[in-house]
Amino acid sequence: MKTATDKGVDGFRARAVEEGLVDVAYATTDSPFGPLLLAQTRRGLVRVGLPNQDSDDLLVDLAERVSPRVLEAPGQLDEVRRELDLYFEGKLDRFGLPLDWRLSGGFRQRVLRAINRIPYGQTRSYTEMARKAGNERAVRAAGTACGSNPIPLVVPCHRVLRTGGALGGYGGGLPMKEALLQLEGVLDESPAS
Amino acid sequence: MTALPPFQTVLDDHATAVMSILHGAVGRDGAEDCFQETFLAALRAYPKLDDASNLRGWLLTIAQRKAIDHHRARGRAPVPVAEPAELAAVDGLPEPDDGLWEAVGALPPKQRAAVALRYGSDLPHNEIAAALGCSPEAARRSLHEGLKRLRKELA
Repeated sequence: MKTATDKGVDGFRARAVEEGLVDVAYATTDSPFGPLLLAQTRRGLVRVGLPNQDSDDLLVDLAERVSPRVLEAPGQLDEVRRELDLYFEGKLDRFGLPLDWRLSGGFRQRVLRAINRIPYGQTRSYTEMARKAGNERAVRAAGTACGSNPIPLVVPCHRVLRTGGALGGYGGGLPMKEALLQLEGVLDESPAS
Repeated sequence: MTALPPFQTVLDDHATAVMSILHGAVGRDGAEDCFQETFLAALRAYPKLDDASNLRGWLLTIAQRKAIDHHRARGRAPVPVAEPAELAAVDGLPEPDDGLWEAVGALPPKQRAAVALRYGSDLPHNEIAAALGCSPEAARRSLHEGLKRLRKELA
């Protein structure tokens, strides 16, 4: 049964959204890999937290870097959840979500925007991403940009591999990267070396 | 300066206390509305808040103002609180018995708020003072007067 406080909180949440007072709306959703944190601003999706990342830390970071007006508002994330569900079912090969790039600046943002254009089911190397971002020699920085991707899954940093095809790294752990590449038909069930 | 935590954290940490004092201050019927108004006002002002060290006191001050607005709008005071049986459903409030909360509800607003803050929300005197917008001495006096009256009523 809902307590008086629960009802008050629900009413407040609805009105806060309605009156445009929520700068960062967030929700958690289930995925085959565990719970994901989804956060969006008026511009678009700003943060996806993977299962191995601490949600509280991510929310504190958003409060500091975007706005402290951070509120759980699941209804605001319905479309993001819908597209992710379809993606995990293998029924969506291109996200149509507006993105908010503000958590990445300069070279990193250019790398991430280049990554965002890698088609479903294909891979690129860190070197290619560095070149696309305007500095072919900054391979290591391109790797760092991938590693710091604030919007993983939707901005598909899992499609970036080492030259020669080794997996490289992944913020959500290598097994997750492998599973995503398998889902997209890039890898066989046996992991690449 | 302490960094402001995500507003959701503020809501999680203090919603129960705010609802509980509003129940004491305006009764069940007005509490939900005052609760929404309190947190909306807080969310509006939040990014400009300088000091995050006493968020609870800050929220309770806003809640108190909303309770006063509520009383003004209704144009009468004191306002009867909810039936004791309904109060039992509120989290954070002790089990009503022997007409205690009924008697609390019949106190004048300041005394009622002071008693609710002290025994409903377990606040110390200085925080009660902050919530009521008065000096700690005045808060202590309101509490004392309220308790004296309750003792007489319930004797």
